[in-house]
Amino acid sequence: MIRQLFKYREMLLVVVIAILVAAFSTRSPGFARPANLANIFNDTSILIILALGQMTVILTKSIDLSVAANVAFTGMAVGMLNAAHPDLPLAAIVLVALGIGAVLGAINGLFVWKLGIPSIVVTLGTLTIYRGMAFVLSGGAWVNAHQMTEPFLQTPRQLFLGLPLLGWTAIVIVGIMYLIMSRTFLGRAIYASGGNPTAAVYAGIDVGRTRFYAFVISGTLAGLCAYLWVSRYAVAYVDIAAGFELDTVAACVIGGISTLGGIGTVAGAVLGALFLGVIKNALPVIDISPFAQMAISGSVIIAAVIFNARQERRRGRIILRDRGASEEIGVAA
Amino acid sequence: MSAVSERRQIPDRLGTSTTRLFASWEALLFMVAVLIFIANAFASPYFLNAWNLSDATFNFTEKAMVAFAMALLIISGEIDLSVAAIIALASTAMGAAAQAGIGTPGLVLIGIGIGLGCGLINGILVAGLRLPSIVVTIGTMSLFRGIAYIVLGDQAYGGYPPSFAYFGQGYVFWVISFEFFLFGVLAVIFAVVLHATNFGRRIYAIGNNEFAARFSGIHVERIKFTLFLLTGLMAGIASVCLTSRLGSTRPSIAQGWELEIVTMVVLGGVSILGGSGTIGGVVIAAFVMGLVTFGLGLLNVPGIVMSIFIGLLLITTITLPIIIRRLGRRKPA
Repeated sequence: MIRQLFKYREMLLVVVIAILVAAFSTRSPGFARPANLANIFNDTSILIILALGQMTVILTKSIDLSVAANVAFTGMAVGMLNAAHPDLPLAAIVLVALGIGAVLGAINGLFVWKLGIPSIVVTLGTLTIYRGMAFVLSGGAWVNAHQMTEPFLQTPRQLFLGLPLLGWTAIVIVGIMYLIMSRTFLGRAIYASGGNPTAAVYAGIDVGRTRFYAFVISGTLAGLCAYLWVSRYAVAYVDIAAGFELDTVAACVIGGISTLGGIGTVAGAVLGALFLGVIKNALPVIDISPFAQMAISGSVIIAAVIFNARQERRRGRIILRDRGASEEIGVAA
Repeated sequence: MSAVSERRQIPDRLGTSTTRLFASWEALLFMVAVLIFIANAFASPYFLNAWNLSDATFNFTEKAMVAFAMALLIISGEIDLSVAAIIALASTAMGAAAQAGIGTPGLVLIGIGIGLGCGLINGILVAGLRLPSIVVTIGTMSLFRGIAYIVLGDQAYGGYPPSFAYFGQGYVFWVISFEFFLFGVLAVIFAVVLHATNFGRRIYAIGNNEFAARFSGIHVERIKFTLFLLTGLMAGIASVCLTSRLGSTRPSIAQGWELEIVTMVVLGGVSILGGSGTIGGVVIAAFVMGLVTFGLGLLNVPGIVMSIFIGLLLITTITLPIIIRRLGRRKPA
């Protein structure tokens, strides 16, 4: 029954996205061309990867508001590293990005795990600290395209089967996350510590440690996205990805990931991100000012929350609601 | 795990009223404020000047007005992340009205009215439809600011009537600005409402145990609805002050304030889990944040570096008591 509803949810998103694409292509015939769709996917890759990290954290009844700041700091660090040591191989730079991202994620996780501070407070604090550190690191200076090396800039743009490597990276990450969430002990522990923390403890799961790992995953993915972001836009500055943490939360909510924890799938997060990506890419096509994008994603988030709540209620969670509601602000978020 | 059991611990015996006063969060925070004040006085020769100190209050008065209402909301177990967006939307509406030639009283009414309207929407979504407030207000945050962007794009509104400038630039008496006066009056009103009325007790009751509060005959939804309306109202009033002080409106006005306001509330000792906190604490926290930013400003520290201090302040003030409590518990009794 529950599995069926999950399927229903993702199928519904697929249908909605297909209808959107079809509707937009009536205005601009080229919109549904495979090349353009690949372009949209490529454009949404970074959001997909970050949304998967955010999903992991939200599933454990937490939230990570520092992902975008993590991207800004790590992006600045790898940008400056590339500019200062052009002979350093790209693999080393990507490893550094993953490492810095993981450390920043681990800092969040340690506060949540060892001190029991609500994740919203911790990541609200680290959000300002990490971005501030990006400024301290760079002194406010930019790293521009001409300072970056050829492989640093061009590798994610290499075409393979019609899709740039950036898009393939997202596909690989989706695959890895799917395996982690559905085939490993950690994945099961992540669902359990969000779905019912008390029961998870009795089942022998260390909820705090699981949350810590979720933050490390989110941080590591943010580190990867930091390199991808700087390479894609060929510039690193303090304000990159400002406000992007909310887009990742929005993608999760649209994808049916419950902010109360424990409910949601990799496919949902990916589709939620793609939904936002299609709308973002369609706005210029249908002659709507890019300034409208914010209001549209806001309305979509609200609609998705209302829809999610109805779905969860239908599943009988109403019995648990009062307890869930009292925990939701604190532990959850 | 340990966080879960720690949360509901009740001591066998409360200390005497004097020891409790000295051990209280507010006393600790007050000492921090005094230390920062003294450090500032030593660090800059320009600090101890009545007019400079008066100017310093503008750093926090508008945010603190919203923080009072946010404190009640967080004590009740909810949160409103859309406050800064409400300020932006209200300011945009006032700007449009000023272009249409509406006078100062009309502008104030419009600003406050938009604030109330936005609060109404949040209230209906959270209290009426019983949706989680974090996600709902992330959605309305994009929606409200998105509307401001649709209206204004990259333009700005100016040309407010001269008499409108009083709210943000006027002085009631000598160095006491209108904003600071309003801040004081509102602090007293909110303190009375929270600490000396039935309504205030009910807010604590809801935050501590919503389930029990409901069974005690408290209209939980009605009170939450009122609190969202109140938060919208305060955001409207803050918008009037801010718009009047700046004399112009851009859609990015008050960007990121929601985080600073939540920081102020949490720094003031209000538990993010709901159920405890005082207005006095929020008032002191407002002074602490105002003094830190002003002092650093006198030392020519850039704004983004200041935000690192605010973030560190938030995390350390929450972490320290937890660590001290743990160290204290390890000692044999």
